[in-house]
Amino acid sequence: MTVIANILIVTTIVVGLIFTIVTMIGILRLPDVYTRAHAASKSATLGVLSILLGVFFHFWLKEGHFSISLLLGIVFLFITSPIGGHLMGRAAYMSGVKPTELTVGDDLKDAVKEAKAKNMQQLKD
Amino acid sequence: MKTNDVILQTTTKVVFFIIFLFSIHIFFAGHYTPGGGFVGGLLTTGAIVLLLLAFDLKTVQKALPFNFTIMTAIGLLLALGTAAGAIFFNVPFFTHAFDDFTLPLFGVTSLHTAMVFDAGVFLVVVGSAITIIQSIGGDS
Repeated sequence: MTVIANILIVTTIVVGLIFTIVTMIGILRLPDVYTRAHAASKSATLGVLSILLGVFFHFWLKEGHFSISLLLGIVFLFITSPIGGHLMGRAAYMSGVKPTELTVGDDLKDAVKEAKAKNMQQLKD
Repeated sequence: MKTNDVILQTTTKVVFFIIFLFSIHIFFAGHYTPGGGFVGGLLTTGAIVLLLLAFDLKTVQKALPFNFTIMTAIGLLLALGTAAGAIFFNVPFFTHAFDDFTLPLFGVTSLHTAMVFDAGVFLVVVGSAITIIQSIGGDS
């Protein structure tokens, strides 16, 4: 039982650590804001989530303390972290940050132009 | 241009209750574990600030129709009242008392007058912080 618990704890924490390191490399290596936001919001979420899960298992299986706060933290992080990434990417797009040269499509540009035109039409009426 | 905030607003509606419940938990757990009136009050303030970020000032004022200045005053009165109440029992100012009660849902619970003092701190922190933010945020 102790061996299984140890394996579970060590595996989840090491997976979390690897994902966090991958996030760091991604933020350093990727070319523009959008790809960096992608790396930061996805992989960091899973990394921290996995570390929290490992800590939760440690306190539950080794110390006998069932921590609701850690579970709540996991749920909270799972909800809020991607929203943070979304809002940062959106704010960057709206303030005119250009994506990298390698980008092939930009659907949001047409949508924003259409919305602006509609808005101008409404102002005229 | 009217911005489309559906994602932020929907998340806020869920997350607000998580933060608010956690602040209540922190407030009540303050006697035996880290936490208490100040941190709980700041967390509640954070939850309300999240609402202010996702919606505008008028909507939040309509949703939470409290006068936060009066809330600060009530908090100060609570704190002073618990401190002054000790005088009537012939003990020094700020002497707290506690006893064990058997409540219907919670079982044997020890109730302490420091709780009421903490509630005062909570109300003062929430009231003053929200007053500051509302008076900075509102232009008119």
